Amino acid sequence: MSGSRLDPWVDSYAQRTSEMQASEIRALFAVASRPEVVSLAGGMPFVQALNMDLMAETVSKLLRERGAVALQYGSGQGDVGLREQILEVMADVKVSAHPDDIVVTTGSQMALDLVTRVFCDPGDVVLVEAPSYVGALGVFRAYECEVIHVAMDDEGLNPVALEEAIAALAAQGRKAKMLYTIPSFHNPAGVTQGQQRRSEVLAIAQRTGILVLEDDPYGLLGFEGEPPAAIRSHDEEGVIYLGSFSKTIASGLRVGWAVAPHGVREKLVLAAESAVLCPSNYSQLTISEYLATQPWREQIKSYRELYRERRDALLESLEQLMPPGTTWTTPAGGFYSWVTLPHGLDAKAMLPRAVTALVAYVPGTGFYVDGSGHEHMRLSYCYPEPDRIREGVRRLAGVIESELEIAATFGTSSALHSDSGSDSPGSNVPAPNLQ
Amino acid sequence: MSSYLVLSGGLSPERDVSLRSGRRVAEALRLSTDDEVREADVDLSLIDHLRKHRPSCVIPLLHGAAGEDGALRDVLTSLGLPYVGSSGEAARLAFDKPIAKTLLARAGVATPAYVALPHATFRELGAAEVLSGIRELLGLPLIVKPTKGGSALGASLVKSAEEFPSAMVGSFAYSEVAMMEQWIAGTEVAISVLETKNGLVALPAVEIVPEAEIYDYNSRYTAGITEFFVPARLSDEITAECARIALLAHEVLGLRDWSRTDVIVDAAGTPWFLETNAAPGMTETSLFPQALHAAGLSLGDTALQLVQRAIERG
Repeated sequence: MSGSRLDPWVDSYAQRTSEMQASEIRALFAVASRPEVVSLAGGMPFVQALNMDLMAETVSKLLRERGAVALQYGSGQGDVGLREQILEVMADVKVSAHPDDIVVTTGSQMALDLVTRVFCDPGDVVLVEAPSYVGALGVFRAYECEVIHVAMDDEGLNPVALEEAIAALAAQGRKAKMLYTIPSFHNPAGVTQGQQRRSEVLAIAQRTGILVLEDDPYGLLGFEGEPPAAIRSHDEEGVIYLGSFSKTIASGLRVGWAVAPHGVREKLVLAAESAVLCPSNYSQLTISEYLATQPWREQIKSYRELYRERRDALLESLEQLMPPGTTWTTPAGGFYSWVTLPHGLDAKAMLPRAVTALVAYVPGTGFYVDGSGHEHMRLSYCYPEPDRIREGVRRLAGVIESELEIAATFGTSSALHSDSGSDSPGSNVPAPNLQ
Repeated sequence: MSSYLVLSGGLSPERDVSLRSGRRVAEALRLSTDDEVREADVDLSLIDHLRKHRPSCVIPLLHGAAGEDGALRDVLTSLGLPYVGSSGEAARLAFDKPIAKTLLARAGVATPAYVALPHATFRELGAAEVLSGIRELLGLPLIVKPTKGGSALGASLVKSAEEFPSAMVGSFAYSEVAMMEQWIAGTEVAISVLETKNGLVALPAVEIVPEAEIYDYNSRYTAGITEFFVPARLSDEITAECARIALLAHEVLGLRDWSRTDVIVDAAGTPWFLETNAAPGMTETSLFPQALHAAGLSLGDTALQLVQRAIERG
């Protein structure tokens, strides 16, 4: 006699869906959406800073003048006019290309999906930073890749660790398909590869014949000096560059892009067509119109100032309020700081206490595929106003103090991390620490 | 035209479950009545909304604190609004697992042995000593869970002494008092109770067979990974005993309208009382709607009948 599983298709799902389950963490994030909660969790850009009148004007003009095009199917590779404009945007990170090298996608997340679809068979190895962007890990998992984390230091991806990871694979007769890296204002680590570091990483990839997938959504959002030159600016054949308007204009429009060598680009276009036929013409042309008629550089500058003020509010409050033993990275741009908790605390286990105290963060475990990261959390400063950030850190400090008391009582400092295992690839990674 | 207000959401860790319960009941109600059915979250605008619109009846489907601890129900009473479900006082008794277990034990029902302690006790007396004593008393494995809360949030099965401390930390993250309970191996069964015009009725028992060791959060809300048998694969005699316990729990705790009692039936056929929920889940994978379905009752009609009962009692 068999019972009911409340899903008649339960035996039909692909193996890769086995990890798609409800989770306590997702349940807690549902509470984080309430206004009472200071959410330092999500990486939502502060789109309220856009001039909505100008945006309305842009959209209105677009629909009046080119509505029949905007509301129609378009090219699978993306609008050629927008691709030309993207060249201008990328010039700021020293990427030069031809409009034909660009594939416009539904956010750079889709570009990530397409690149993985085109390159990776189940079991193929992808090297990623430890920690790495949770959305990329999700894509690599969906294509059943083997993800290997490579240690970072305070300048991002560590070349020595990269060499070691590649050598360890070679010893098994294996080779990684690609290296996924976020060199500028890393999500979640908040660190940035200097130019020397980028050259070293690229040299290793070139020598070992590993494709570099460079994800650069935050490159224009540095707080000091010029935007860092992209790795792609040094190699047009060995690097696929992913860019996005989500953080610089508006995430809701879902427009990103990939710059890829000729052969790869052809395949990306075909893959894109089979996935979505074409990216949204409406969104692309809205961006295009905005770039053509509005002071977009000024907008990015104003975003930078806004995020710098919030970064400062976060760092100052962390400095003033965090219990001893807590460390964090000092981002020079982007949205995130990576916090290391006092020894023995588990950010995932602590999240219910934090949500009850009306503050939310993302536990570090989400940024690893191997169960590491318990002692870390990602704090985002992009969305809450500075005063709310200060209040959030005040609440978080109280939560950590309480959790320290509990951990001291139960002596859980060693027990808590036993499941991450000191032998797992990402667990012995030194925490990025720029303090 | 009457208007009914379904309350869901709130700030408890069960917010998401509650929102799904609320949406499901509201949709079912709309199929059963032409009266107005609205949905609202519990926030700063609620009291104003209730005063202004004065719904004919409120259906609170909040899970966890504020929903099940009686607080919101007391507020509804103070506003003079009829609502479906138990009074604040009764909900409070059911929500506190040690109190509910004590009351059922006094009524002669078997319930697993337990110890419920706040963090301060461990801090003051030394955790290692206290945990060691509890291990000796209850044996291993044992279950650690918050004394208040639902959906198995913060609950862990402890099979070795080494797992005990982190299970305590996990529970204290959800609640100030942790309950350590003897583990009874057996068949997990949920019995839903419904008040009808013909009196109190126990609906067909739902047997729960999770893939995981315990019926945890994932097992509860991921369709496909838990198998349910309705009615439960129990003898008539044991089924009747489970129903008796569920009806008794409903009465002993002073509950009203609907409830769900969870028991474990051990190898000898003895049902052990675990807990009673005054605000049972109503999501797609929840147990109460499965029991209703097995009894040939629709969720919308059932909710509407309870709404009418609530309006009648004022």
